[in-house]
Amino acid sequence: MAYSEKVIDHYQNPKNVGTLDKSAKNVGTGLVGAPECGDVMRLQIEVDDATGMITDAKFKTFGCGSAIASSSLATEWLKGKSVDDALKIDNMDIVEELNLPPVKIHCSVLAEDAIKAAINDYRVKNGMEALKFEESVVH
Amino acid sequence: MLKLPIYLDNNATTPMDPRVLEAMTPYFLEHYGNAASRNHPFGWEAEEAVDYAREQVAKLIGADPKEIIFTSGATEGDNLGIKGVYEMYASKGNHIITATTEHKAVLDTCKHIEKIGGDVTYLQVNSEGLIDLKELEAAIKPTTILIAIMYANNEIGVVMPMKEISAIARKHGVLLFTDGTQAVGKIPVDVNKDGIDLMAFTAHKMYGPKGVGALYVRRKNPRVKVTAQMDGGGHERGMRSGTLNVPGIVGFGKACELCMLDMEEDTKRISKMRDHLETELLKLEEAYVNGSREHRLPHVANISFKHVEGEGLLMGFNKNIALSSGSACTSASLEPSYVLKALGLGDDLAHSSLRFGLGRFTTDEQIEYTIKAISETVLKLREMSPLWEMYKEGIDLSTIEWAAH
Repeated sequence: MAYSEKVIDHYQNPKNVGTLDKSAKNVGTGLVGAPECGDVMRLQIEVDDATGMITDAKFKTFGCGSAIASSSLATEWLKGKSVDDALKIDNMDIVEELNLPPVKIHCSVLAEDAIKAAINDYRVKNGMEALKFEESVVH
Repeated sequence: MLKLPIYLDNNATTPMDPRVLEAMTPYFLEHYGNAASRNHPFGWEAEEAVDYAREQVAKLIGADPKEIIFTSGATEGDNLGIKGVYEMYASKGNHIITATTEHKAVLDTCKHIEKIGGDVTYLQVNSEGLIDLKELEAAIKPTTILIAIMYANNEIGVVMPMKEISAIARKHGVLLFTDGTQAVGKIPVDVNKDGIDLMAFTAHKMYGPKGVGALYVRRKNPRVKVTAQMDGGGHERGMRSGTLNVPGIVGFGKACELCMLDMEEDTKRISKMRDHLETELLKLEEAYVNGSREHRLPHVANISFKHVEGEGLLMGFNKNIALSSGSACTSASLEPSYVLKALGLGDDLAHSSLRFGLGRFTTDEQIEYTIKAISETVLKLREMSPLWEMYKEGIDLSTIEWAAH
């Protein structure tokens, strides 16, 4: 199975690999997936409390090239977005952008889950209620 | 001179030896007769070539030429050997003993037999990938007709104790079938010394062509028979109908002859490269060899690199190095290798494995390149791996409640 050029590019030059201080109040961390399933994503956002804008995003991913590319792309999209707009990122946008084949759709789902988990972590830390999400369709 | 891309997937298939191709060519263009045509020179030439190849194949495994049934490959041999015995010996019993790490061609054949009323015992293996001989003996019942245990495993290269297994089979009057696909041509296999009654193997794992293989069926002490699985012209002493693949068979014979000639030297050279590759890669932290290192084919290594995922790892160099991974991220199932899981490996380690299969045409330069490329990719991906970070922070990953995915 051949990878798309965009997946290869993200794999070779991943954007925003790293770690933010997970104890900081304005940092939200989402850790999704499981080692048993062959992919684990950790996605972090740093939010400007005053504006509600995401000022920084970092990821680390254990997984295949598509999982790495999905999380790398997600961090790129998150930076500069408001938290509310970040919630609108849909896994199918990732599938389209990276040209993921059907067997790799779960990688995009995982990235969407990681974004939502990071936002909820940020919300709970800052006294807001965790948002409830519908179960992801594809797993 | 370094030649790219590097092929290290010789357990999947081997390239053809040019000497094999050379032997085959005339049987496509000039001597194209049907080996079953008895009335003209074209047929006679073809038959003669098949007879000669049958001798070459038989010689490699210490058999009599009459004991070689040509097939389309090892999958057919597995099916014919196991189903053929099941049907032929139905009056004696319906129980077969096999192991969980067998190739799908054996496991799925056994499952088919279960569906049609057979009784199959699947032996577990230990962490080295070996079956327990006491368990094997204890599993034998009055209805047992066949033990089907592979000679060497395709994923981890572990070699089963054939002589000990056959001694148990003989003691209880049970036939022994073995899938010799990975072993024949690579290590000395002798059907008499090893006590094998039936053995499937194939040309394309030993530098021969794809689409041709053989089933060895013992003719003496005891005389073994199998029920044909295909109806037709009664070729191969009635056990396998179908026009013989003459060029393929000629190539198979030549490949066997070459393996016999080159085995000692090939093994010496290839195992040295394998050991070097393994030693260097094990210098990486948290890298582990899967399966027995002692009872193993000389050209195989299966290594897990903890906290990096196999397919992601392959992507770092698969333009230049052809390897296979035990991770199933490429397949729709998402289930990692059942062989590695049978060794008791956690799914995480199974997902982190690479299978190296060296071969006759592997060079020292290629191995050096491979060591460097893999080491660099492992380090790079670990920098990117949340699991590696947690491991380095001293977090026990097994205590984390992972979100179901």
